[in-house]
Order: sequence, then structure tokens, then C-alpha cells
Amino acid sequence: MANIETLVSEPELATENPVSGIDQSRGDFSYDVKYAFDAGTGLNAATVDYISSVKKEAPWIREFRHKALKIFESKPMPTHWATKDLENIDFSKIRYYLSQGQKPKRTWDEVPDDIKKTFERLGIPEQERKFLAGVEAQFDSEAAYSNIKDIVAKQGVIFVNSTEGLREHPEIFRKFFGKVIPTGDNKFSALNSAVFSGGSFIYVPKGVKVAQPLQAYFRINAENFGQFERTLIIADEGAEVTYMEGCTAPKFSTSTLHSAVVELVALKGAKIQYITVQNWANNVFNLVTKRGVAHEEAEIKWIDCNIGSRLTMKYPGVVLKGRKARGEVISIALANDGQHQDTGAKMIHAADETTSNIVAKSISVGQGRSTYRGVVHIPKHLKGCKNNTECDALLINSNSRTDTYPAISVRGDRNYVQHEASVSRVNEEMIFYMQQRGLTEGQAMSLAVNGFINDLARQFPMEYSVELKRLIDLEMEGSVG
Amino acid sequence: MSAPTLSTARSTIGSFTPELFASHLASVAELPAWWLERKQAAYEKFAALPLPVRTDESWRFSNISTLSLEGFALRLPEKVTEPAFSIPTAAGLTFVNNVAVAVDSVRARFNLPSGVIVCTLGEAAFKHPELLKAHFMAQPQKLGSKKFASLHQAFVRDGAFIYVPRGVELTAPILITHIASGEGSAVFPHTLVIAEENSKVTVVDLFVSADASAQFACGANDLYAGHGAQLTYAGAQVWSRETLSFQFNSTVVRRDARVQSLNLHVGARQARHESLSQLQAPGAFSEMLALTVASLKQEFDQRTLQIHQAPNTKSDLLYKNALRDQAKTIFSGLIIVDADAQKTDAYQSNRNLMLSEDAEANSLPGLEIQANDVRCTHGATSSRIDPEQEFYLQSRGIAKEMADELLTFGFFEEVLSRLESEPLHDALHSVIKAQFSK
Repeated sequence: MANIETLVSEPELATENPVSGIDQSRGDFSYDVKYAFDAGTGLNAATVDYISSVKKEAPWIREFRHKALKIFESKPMPTHWATKDLENIDFSKIRYYLSQGQKPKRTWDEVPDDIKKTFERLGIPEQERKFLAGVEAQFDSEAAYSNIKDIVAKQGVIFVNSTEGLREHPEIFRKFFGKVIPTGDNKFSALNSAVFSGGSFIYVPKGVKVAQPLQAYFRINAENFGQFERTLIIADEGAEVTYMEGCTAPKFSTSTLHSAVVELVALKGAKIQYITVQNWANNVFNLVTKRGVAHEEAEIKWIDCNIGSRLTMKYPGVVLKGRKARGEVISIALANDGQHQDTGAKMIHAADETTSNIVAKSISVGQGRSTYRGVVHIPKHLKGCKNNTECDALLINSNSRTDTYPAISVRGDRNYVQHEASVSRVNEEMIFYMQQRGLTEGQAMSLAVNGFINDLARQFPMEYSVELKRLIDLEMEGSVG
Repeated sequence: MSAPTLSTARSTIGSFTPELFASHLASVAELPAWWLERKQAAYEKFAALPLPVRTDESWRFSNISTLSLEGFALRLPEKVTEPAFSIPTAAGLTFVNNVAVAVDSVRARFNLPSGVIVCTLGEAAFKHPELLKAHFMAQPQKLGSKKFASLHQAFVRDGAFIYVPRGVELTAPILITHIASGEGSAVFPHTLVIAEENSKVTVVDLFVSADASAQFACGANDLYAGHGAQLTYAGAQVWSRETLSFQFNSTVVRRDARVQSLNLHVGARQARHESLSQLQAPGAFSEMLALTVASLKQEFDQRTLQIHQAPNTKSDLLYKNALRDQAKTIFSGLIIVDADAQKTDAYQSNRNLMLSEDAEANSLPGLEIQANDVRCTHGATSSRIDPEQEFYLQSRGIAKEMADELLTFGFFEEVLSRLESEPLHDALHSVIKAQFSK
């Protein structure tokens, strides 16, 4: 209770004293960065060739990109089920590749000053930066800073960016690259496949349990610049790894596009946990495809939190391919004025005794709109499969909106599926009680919302749940009264 | 226009050609002009609209390829035996191949309170045109079947018109029987019920085939419950197992009115059922119930929409499916709470009892909420029963077939028991039971 004051402090205060928290103005800044490579605006075969040449890619990757471009061009916008807002994306005005032409850095000293300055604005204190030794920060398209590699490299873990992964370790990554999410999966996975750069390629060898979570911060830092990172994580038999990504982005007047593809492969008995805190600026279209394949007795867990962006469409999925595989999606979404969080989960059961769990909580503030969309699929002749889905929506204001669109298909009599959803508002008595105790209505509302997601937020690593709490406090400011 | 385009266009209308429509119009030439005009407009709409395609969200999971409209015809009524559905009734009408049979002799047996009207739509067109115009297919088609609803409106020849005046309560149900007879017979059943202020009525629609041939049924009903009215509707769909069936339910619930509807589905090869409930004024309550026994390769495709258009309204939906053999069910439900419909209490639940390893259940329980002071929940489950209960049944030496039947009745009772009328409960029970002896 004592720290309520600091939690709802003014943005300026936070900037003056970065130690008190993450940048409270949510990345509302940008620096004039000189880009060494720039593919210009618009997308055609030449753009793809340009990206491929800059990256000095093998012919098969160039071919992969060109094929993807054709698929992207041939696919219509999915507006027969998705929001018409997608039609506002002008693909010809987007920059598809930017890079400072740097090699990924190994030590903090090698990170350029202007990037350090950006971190400072993000509110990560100097001491903490050193402490957060595992931060892989992607500055626009390329990884700019990374040193956890040294630690995990000793365990045989490969932790590189997508360009390096495909160039240096094709024998490991090529086999799975584009296999979990085929290029033609959807229009935006095709787009990513054509122009991807950056992202993390990780391989964890058999039996290796990575103690530290691997982290990456992503930001968009150029007007109209789409970021198309590509991540592939392979956990070999019995391996365990946690990966975290979080992002803040500068605000710009014209819309930007972020379209990532993240593929996870958990081989027999492996465990992968993938954590996202998404806080793009309110002009960003965030259209992301995330899917994992869980082999026998493997476990994939997506923890997905969406607070920023104009429109997010993201449905992390798990294909439960091996017997007794487990899949889980924990999803938190917060939609404020002008935002549409269209999130959810997909669970594709493909083997006996596989289990999946989806817990989704959304909060709609002001005219914000949150949507849950889910797929649970249990095909023929499987037995002992179980799915549990819970979606809860909290509506703060009288004009807030929420939708729920699950699709559940079950075949056979030896499986068990249940889905429950509820929609409610904040309990007035609770708010009244807290006001009696001296909290303002805004603070009380903030506490109530944090309470609503508390059981999910607890599953985040500490610094993320702190950041999440602060972000929610910020979003709740001015939502009442 | 080139020939291939023409043939494609024809396939979207199937047997329901302009020639067939012209002959139908000729056969109903005595109807008032306004109705004939509406028919003409509806036919044009039907012909212009495309058949559903795979990417239509409102047809997700449905088998589109089996919706062919070829091979059907309008047949003259034949002499058929009335199906057994033993409930005491206040009144009843029977239609065979769209034509009302023996109306006058049946009417002589009615013993209705004064002001209550039970007649054919054709009769109502002359005697009660204003009521008919105001309520006949007056509600929007929002669930994906504009084309087939237009087909219904174009070809509907007759149906039941029920009007219960202010304050009148009928204790016994009114039974409307729709019979399809003969190979390829196309029927367009229609039942319209107007329950005025504080009235009370129960209406039962029974849909049966006189033989096992492949038929086409495309029916609709309009239910209107005025201020404080209590309307109970039950529909029992027992078409032949070869029939392609469409049925469109529309319910309007006014202030403090209460509508309970229960649809039982056991017949047809492929049955699409769309049900729209509009809660238009405070205190309105709509209870939407459905029971389906899906056997062999049957497909039951149920789409529902609960729209809360006013504050303090309530809806409660419970759809239960028992799936056997290679049967497939689809439940797609949506609750819409309009921006000013505060204090809405809406519930939606789909339960699937899986009785076979080849059966397939699809659930799409949806919500679209634009008001914040609401209580909305939905749920869906698909499973066989608790293995312990099953073990108990087996340990008592009960064979699987028998166990399935017992389980189904146990599963369905929660819905059946919500019916106030015991004879109706028992009659529906018998229809379900007959499915297990087949």
C-alpha cells in the first residue's frame, strides 16, 4: 500500500529519476539514427533481393524470400473475419529493412552511445543494466547488444540472430525454419518470410537447462519502419529454456507495422516458456504469428501480455504432436481508447493424452476493444486429450467493448473439453471500500484491475510483473471520473 | 453473357427456377397483391444471392458441398396418416406439402376463448392483413441464411397464424403439424404467433415426413411476445433421414414478456437451424433450449443470436447435443449486448455428449459486449460421461446401446424438465426414444 504514490507518479518524475521505474511515457521518444542500410519504402522483388544481398544470404534463403513474397501478394487480407482496420495498412509506405550495419555487440562498452541513451530513456538504471546481463536488445532490425551468450555458450547453447543462425548453423536451424509456421500460413507470416531480419535463433542441446531467462528487447525507431523479426527456438530432448521479449516503441503520427514470426520446437521431454510484454505505441499494427510444436512429453507455455499497439492480432498456438505433450497459453490484454487487442490462443491436439490449458483475461478501458479468438482442435481417433479454456473480460467504462469468439472442434468420445467465459465490471463495493481507506477512485480502480490479473501476472518474472503493474497503473489514470 | 456463366447461375437456384416460381405464383394468385409483391422481391433476392462458400464465417465448419438445391419439386398434397404425437391440444392445424388439410372440420373441434385466432396464413392475409404485414418475416436475417430465408419467403404457400388477445391464457398447447410427402417434395412450413399483452400460450410445431425419401424443407417461424406475455414454443423436427432442412426462428420479446423455446432435432440428413432472439424492452426474458440426437452421418448446424437491445433484459440459452455414429454437430452462438443495454443478464451454454469415437462436435460460443454493467457468461463442453458412471452402468450388465440411451436421457432431462407441460415433456421424450430403437 505504501508505494501506491510512486506507482501512480507523473511521467516527468519517472524520467528525471529512471531508477524509480520504466519510462512512464511509454517510449514516447525517438532519436535521429543514421541507418547504414535502408531498403527504401515499398515492397517488391528488388526489396527482397536488397535485403538478401545485404545479409549475404545463401541462395536457398533468397529463394525462400521470393516465394514468400509471391504468397504474400496472392493472399487477400483476412477481413472476412478480422477487423476492417487492416485495410488502413499502406504496404507501399513502409520501410522493410533498416540496419545500422553493425555486428552484434558482445560487451556493454561496445554499444554505441546513442543506443545507450535510448536505454536510459527506457528507464533501465545503469546498475540494473549490468545486472540484466542477459538483455539481447534489438535495435531496429539487428541485435545491437548481447552478452548472455558467453554464459550460455559454455552450456553449448546457440543464441544468435536470424541472419547469423541461418548462415553459421544451417545444419541445426534449416530443418525447422519455416516448418512450424509455413510461409503460407497467413498473409502476415508470408510477409515476414519475405522480409524478415533480426530476431533470435536459439538452440538448447539435449538435457541442458538454461538457468537464466534469455531476453530481448525490441523497439521500432524509425517512422514508417516495419519490424519483421524472426525467432526460432529449438529445445532438444530434455532441454529447458525461458525466453522473454518486451518492447516499447516511439510514437509517430503515421501507422507502423510490426509482423513477427516466432517458431518453437520442443523435442521429447523439453520445456519452452516464451514470455512477451507488448507495449508498442498506439499507432502500430502488431500482427504476429506465434506457434510451437511440442513432441512427446514436451511442454510449451506462452505467456503473452498485450498493452500497446493500435491493433494487435496474435494467437499463440501449440501443436501437440507427441503423446502426453502439454500446451499452455496465459494471455493478458489491455485495450484503451483507440486500441483493439485481438488476441487468443490455438491448441491443435495431434496425439493421445495431450493436454492444453488457456487462460485469457482482458481489460477494456474507455472505448478500447478487446477480443478473444481461440481454436481448440481435437481430431479423430485420439484419446485422453483434455482442454480447459477460461476467458474473463473486465469492462471499465460504459462504452468499453469486448468480444469472445472461440472455435472448439472435438471428435470422438474419449476426450474432454471445456470452455468458460465471463464478462463483468469492477465491483463497486470494492472501489467504495478502497476510497474509504483514502485511495482516489483512480488508484482504487488500478488496484482492482491489478487484482483481476494478479494470478496471471504472478507467472511473469519479477521485473516483468513490476513493469506490467506500472503500465496498468498508467493506463488506468484518467479512466474514471 | 456466355453459357458457362449461365449454368453457374442456375446451380445457385437448383430446382427453384423462374419457371417453377411462375407456376407457384399462379397457384397462389388469389393472395393479396402486397404479398405477391413481397414474394416476387424475395425470389429475386434468392436468385441473386450466392450459395454459401467455405470462407463465410457464418458457415464455418458446415458442409457446404451438400447444400445442393437440385432434385426438388412442389408436390400436391397426398393422403397421409397423421403422425402420433399425443398431447391434449386446444387447437391444431395440419399441412401436407404446404397445403392445409380439412381446416373446416378441424376448426369445428376447437374450443377457443373469444378473440383467439388460429387460422391459415392465407386466411389471415384477408382477415387480418395489418397483423400479418407487421409480423410476417418482419425481423432481420442475421445468421447467414439470407438466401434460404428469401427462398422460403418466395415459395411459402401457407402456414399457421396464431393470435392470442390481451389477457387471454390458453392452458393446452396449439399443435401445428407440417408433413412432407413424396420423393423430392419441397415444403416451406411457416408458423406465426402473436401473443398480446399479458396473454399466455403454448405452440408446438411438428415437422414430419410421410415417407423415408429425400425431401427439402425450408421453414420459418415468427414469435412475438407483447408486454408481459408468456409464450412457450416447442419445435420437433422429425424429417426423413434423407431430407435437407433449413429452419429460421425469430423471436421478439417485449417488456416483461417471457418466451421459452425448445427445439428438438432428430431428423434430416443435414439440418441448419437459425434462431434469433431480440430482447427489445426492459424485463424481457428469452429462454432458448435445444436438444439434438445426431445419428449416422447426420449434420446438425445450429446458429443462434441473442440480442439485448434494452437495459435489464435476460436471456438463457442451453443447447445439448448427443452425438452417435459418424454424426456431426455445429453450435455457433452469439450474445450481443448493445451499448445502452446495461444490467443485461445473458447466459449461453452448449453441451455435447460424445457417444461415438467418430462423432464430431464443433462449438463457437461468442460474445460481443458493448455495455459494462452486465453479467454475461458462456460455456461449452464436449465429452463422454464420467468414466466412473460408465463403469457403474457396465458393472450392472447394461450394454453400450442401452447405456447410451440412458445417458442421453439423463443428459437431456435438464432441458426437458424445464417444460411446464408434462404431456409435452412426455411426447418429446417419445420422439427421442424412437431414435434409439431405430
